[in-house]
Amino acid sequence: MERPNKKPYAKLFLSTLTLSAFTFGGGFVIVSLMKKKFVDELHWIDDDDMLNLIAIAQASPGAIAVNGSILVGYRIAGFWGAVVSILGTILPPLVIISIISLFYAAFRTNEYVAAALKGMQAGVAAIICDVVLSLGNNVLKTKDWLAIAIIPAAFCAVFFAGVNVVYVIVASALLGAARHWIGRGGQKA
Amino acid sequence: MTLLWQLFISFLNIGLFSVGGGYAAIPLIQEQAVSLHGWLSLEEFTDLITIAEMTPGPIAVNSATFVGIRLAGIPGAVVATLGCILPSCVIVLLLAWLYYRYKSLSLLQDMLSCLRPTVVALIASAGLMILLLVVFAGEAITIHTVRWAGTALFAAALFALRKWKPSPILVMSLCGAAGILLHIINAGLM
Repeated sequence: MERPNKKPYAKLFLSTLTLSAFTFGGGFVIVSLMKKKFVDELHWIDDDDMLNLIAIAQASPGAIAVNGSILVGYRIAGFWGAVVSILGTILPPLVIISIISLFYAAFRTNEYVAAALKGMQAGVAAIICDVVLSLGNNVLKTKDWLAIAIIPAAFCAVFFAGVNVVYVIVASALLGAARHWIGRGGQKA
Repeated sequence: MTLLWQLFISFLNIGLFSVGGGYAAIPLIQEQAVSLHGWLSLEEFTDLITIAEMTPGPIAVNSATFVGIRLAGIPGAVVATLGCILPSCVIVLLLAWLYYRYKSLSLLQDMLSCLRPTVVALIASAGLMILLLVVFAGEAITIHTVRWAGTALFAAALFALRKWKPSPILVMSLCGAAGILLHIINAGLM
């Protein structure tokens, strides 16, 4: 691994900026592109390290793209590296969405835009449904009965009982912690 | 001032409790922006998710910018975005430090084993709200209020996604085109 000897703020900023500006399709896509850029192309981080950083980015709250760029920036150039790569990551969406939202009101009243958005709503519903099926399937495959039971329980709590989403998340994190301390009945890794 | 503070706190909440990537933020944004504060209608919220899906960048950051700028201009967008990424900065760096120190994430992994199914359920719940909007257009849920065109489009899109795994952008673009086409056909028939 050839770590740069001078702190490469400009290159770090430009790399995260272009990654963020041209990556459609969510956090998992951007972390794979980050791996390509920082491991394969620039050789700033090695493979194992990158995998660990991605695991931490996924396990932490917040957007995976933001988490990943904080970790990469910190690893390469310390605290200011993290600051520089956060800026690079959030500037493109900040600018693009600001411009769109300025035109949103005018757009929305145009009948063709409204019709397109109506059609896209069906697309969004389908995409979210697809994500739920894939993620749900992953949970089912673990054959972890506690996890499987949590899905309908959490769904009913939020959708039918109207429990605040945050309480449900905190409760399941505590449940996971309790499971850790009590032990997992012989299947401890 | 109070509005900016409220925006900051709301998006701090969203940043802090969305575990597991972009879609996990959707139910939290809905809770904060639609249910709790009424900053967006369900229709506008769905537009927001549509726009966030069509543009680069994380959904949470896109939403923070969109809601922030509409409520309080550029300062609102900046404050909401900062709120949304602040928990990440603190927690990610803390976890990275702990990880390099102890090289073990087993507590974290056990917590995640219970958080993952919860996140699936939360996304399902938010998705169902959007689906109900597509199928019943916000009206009472009866057979007479079903919007067949939107429902068919949803079913076709879901089928395509499961079968061919196309990119979401392609699906959204085609659905948008279908929406315009349906509109023109409807206008032609009337």
